[in-house]
Amino acid sequence: MTAVAERPAETRAEAPIETRPVRVKIRRYVPELNPEPYWQTFEVHALPTDRVLNLLLDIKGYQDGSLTFRRSCAHGVCGSDAMRINGVNRLACKVLVKDMPDEITIEPIKGLPLEKDLVVDMEPFFEAYRSIKPFLITYGQPPTREHIQSQADRERFDDTTKCILCAACTTSCPVYWTDGQYFGPAAIVNAHRFIFDSRDEGTEERLEILNDREGVWRCRTTFNCTEACPRGIEVTQAIAEVKKALLYRRV
Amino acid sequence: MTAARSYPTIPPVIESPRSAPNRPRRTRTNTELYAWLFMRVSGIVLVVLVLGHLFIMNILDGGVQRINWGFVAGRWASPFWQVWDLLMLWLAMIHGTNGLRVIINDYTRRDGTRLTLKAVLYTATTITIALGTLVIFTFNPDMGS
Ligand code: SF4
Ligand code: FES
Repeated sequence: MTAVAERPAETRAEAPIETRPVRVKIRRYVPELNPEPYWQTFEVHALPTDRVLNLLLDIKGYQDGSLTFRRSCAHGVCGSDAMRINGVNRLACKVLVKDMPDEITIEPIKGLPLEKDLVVDMEPFFEAYRSIKPFLITYGQPPTREHIQSQADRERFDDTTKCILCAACTTSCPVYWTDGQYFGPAAIVNAHRFIFDSRDEGTEERLEILNDREGVWRCRTTFNCTEACPRGIEVTQAIAEVKKALLYRRV
Repeated sequence: MTAARSYPTIPPVIESPRSAPNRPRRTRTNTELYAWLFMRVSGIVLVVLVLGHLFIMNILDGGVQRINWGFVAGRWASPFWQVWDLLMLWLAMIHGTNGLRVIINDYTRRDGTRLTLKAVLYTATTITIALGTLVIFTFNPDMGS
């Protein structure tokens, strides 16, 4: 408060906002005009506080309105803007431009059908998610009171509850790139969330699904998924825990 | 009081607007689990077997220079080395074959290609294992002399 008040008014008015010119190289795909994807470079003057998403919004707003990408919350919550930024899967709204070099390459995430520019068809990803039954399963009479769970029991799957289904992990997985039938890390993470939940009774069914050809045994512990996850979920460890549960038939 | 609102009736079955999964039918077997487990176990055993083999054949007194018919005959006179080599042959072959099977599963897109590659792989494996096993069991130091 005092620091602001003591500062002379002139310097405040004169202090220019320092911008940094960055080149944003985007892999574009416009099927109506060009059957092949191509690279296009834009120059943007980035503010020190900008994130990569701001650059994209700047380009879309002031340079080329046809640039297509998904974003919603802009704060790392909705998981709609996963893309390959300088070769690694990141949420554009979580990458600070000040941590980036002067040239930033942006590509759509790999392994899902490309629709336009940075937009991919997420359906195969959500199909895998749905097929592991991502909901609480119980049998018998409806309970008359809440399911009680101890803190220690909750702790077991705490990490995997944080998933926002951004697909950054699944589309960073080399096994998924070559074999789209593999359930992929995200589906396994969300299965883990219920398999290790003491209130859930669908453990057997889910383990059975993940024991199959396209399940956890396809994982080669590449660790790309753990590296990519914007929520910091230990994805590879979650997959390993499911493998262990299958191996010992005990959760 | 507000009048009871009427809601549109929902048809009993809501048709899925989504494409059906084109996943292969579930097999409900533990094949992949056992294959995975086999890779870890055989891997550990092979480290001992193969390093021991390389050490004896290439480094121990004289190394490769002293390997000849007599040397092999001398080793295979003992059932211990017979079992060692037999185990090494089987484990290494199956370990490698499973590794290649996994790679074929990963990278082939068409069923025909996958089938062909696997047929070639399994044939080669079977022949190699059969031939190796035959030699270990039927080896006779006086052969050919
Ligand atoms: S596990 Fe992480 S990277 Fe994968 S979908 Fe969930 S939030 Fe995204
Ligand atoms: S826009 Fe919602 S996570 Fe980035």
